[in-house]
Amino acid sequence: MSAAKTSWFTRSTLAFGFAFLYLPMLILVIYSFNENRLVTVWSGFSLKWYGELFRDKQMIAAAKISLEIAFLTACASVVLGTMAAMVMTRFRQFPGKSLFSALMTAPLVMPEVITGLSILLLFVAMGDTFGLFQERGVMTIWIAHVTFCVAFVTVVISSRLGELDKSLEEAAMDLGANRVKVFFLITLPIIAPALASGWLLAFTLSLDDLVISSFVSGPSSTTLPMKVFSSVRMGVSPKINALATLLIAIVSVAAFIGWWLMAREEKQRQRDMQLALQQGG
Amino acid sequence: MIARLRRYLPDGKWAVIAPPYFWMLLFFAVPFAIALKISFANIQIAMPPYTSLTEWVGDTLTVKVNVANYLFLLRDSLYFNAYLSSLKIAVIATFFCLLVGYPIAYAISRLPTASRNTALMLVVLPSWTSFLIRIYAWIGILKNNGLLNNFLIWLGVIDEPLQILHTPIAVYIGIVYAYLPFMILPLYTNLVKHDNRLLEAAYDLGCRPWQAFLKVTLPLSKAGIIAGSMLVMIPVVGEFVIPELMGGADTLMIGRVLWQEFFNNRDWPVASAVAIVMLILLIVPIMIFHHYQSKELEGRLT
Repeated sequence: MSAAKTSWFTRSTLAFGFAFLYLPMLILVIYSFNENRLVTVWSGFSLKWYGELFRDKQMIAAAKISLEIAFLTACASVVLGTMAAMVMTRFRQFPGKSLFSALMTAPLVMPEVITGLSILLLFVAMGDTFGLFQERGVMTIWIAHVTFCVAFVTVVISSRLGELDKSLEEAAMDLGANRVKVFFLITLPIIAPALASGWLLAFTLSLDDLVISSFVSGPSSTTLPMKVFSSVRMGVSPKINALATLLIAIVSVAAFIGWWLMAREEKQRQRDMQLALQQGG
Repeated sequence: MIARLRRYLPDGKWAVIAPPYFWMLLFFAVPFAIALKISFANIQIAMPPYTSLTEWVGDTLTVKVNVANYLFLLRDSLYFNAYLSSLKIAVIATFFCLLVGYPIAYAISRLPTASRNTALMLVVLPSWTSFLIRIYAWIGILKNNGLLNNFLIWLGVIDEPLQILHTPIAVYIGIVYAYLPFMILPLYTNLVKHDNRLLEAAYDLGCRPWQAFLKVTLPLSKAGIIAGSMLVMIPVVGEFVIPELMGGADTLMIGRVLWQEFFNNRDWPVASAVAIVMLILLIVPIMIFHHYQSKELEGRLT
């Protein structure tokens, strides 16, 4: 009796929850095919806003800069994040460990206006004293993005490292492999899916950032969110709907492929387990 | 002797510790020190637009610490009101996030194991698209000739469009929508670990479902509630985009004030002072978050 009640509650809660999360995006997608300039008045199906979007040279240039920064940010964040995650989960004691872990968690919640302003002041001070970062642009945005993305990547990878069965690493060590070898031959292949999701997370975080980029960008480095922000400030435009639809499509396809690969791997694992059990019995 | 020397020489593990440590110290910790320094400087029309704190005249080094920026923040009620209203908006929005997010996290944790990950992915998926675009979606829905108003007029519930966009209500909707996944994830991680037998025991002892929830589930999920609330509340205090795009001209939030001081007034010293005071206000919540976050990591370690 109580089981049926729970399931009814579960279902209706999830239905409302997902409707709240997805309805606004669905509306956005539908109206991107609207012929009318007024975003909320439907007057017929059209693809003209997609054409306008691709003819907008500034928007395309901004998208290119954003993709470049996001790619470089994701690569650097995964390298630093993997190191930080190994430190957090494998090294018990070293001088300055509590400061280290504070530096890795504070960026998760630090308001972006504080991070953005402070790192800009650092760049300006370094320019003043050492002549570094005189020109602000892709380089400074990349550094600022890596700084906040490392923290997120570290969380993703260290939660995987925490679940990992340490006996595998210990066994390899007993067989005479040194720590570096164990990491590259044993640990790295096992945590590879976590590295992939960390990379994707850093990529999307960087691609999405408006506030920090605005502080540290230069005159020739307008990113896509900065362009979208200034155009949304002017008012709603169907071109933004078209851009949103493209983004949503890309993310959904990527997520579906990821989900399908994971499901396949899970099925394979269960089949292997069953096979092993049968042979064992 | 060699053994003693080796203790002071860096061993192999520092090759792993040093790169992320050095990066975060230089680009995350040092900038706060520089912001603190500049908050004690004067504005000047030059590049960089602030005066130096130190000055060499002959053989004497003078260090001028100018607290005028902080006194200015104290005297002008705009800043005090902005801090207060940011904290108020953050606390109320976090509460609504919890109200919406808790049932969803709870429902996901009750699903059969196979569908949990899919449901969780569906929660996170919207935040992988753009934050700005999700806010933009709500602008289209809430504005005066937007979908919600058109729909309500069509239904005959109202005759004139309701003013929702550019009011505090729109800001709350935007924050709850944008930050919901950050509330749901830590709550789910906590709720899914609960032992079902505890609830069954409560039922056997005569608890009604809501009593069992209040007496068993809710107290057990305290860590998840705190982690989720901090993950929403702390960044919302400094939120800029949502009040700027969805709030009215009078929606006062400190992130917006800082942005204006920096980009419109070009007053870097006052902007730095605003950031430093915000940081001081947030230091206790950040420490609480850090405490729960590291406990979570250590819990996984054992």
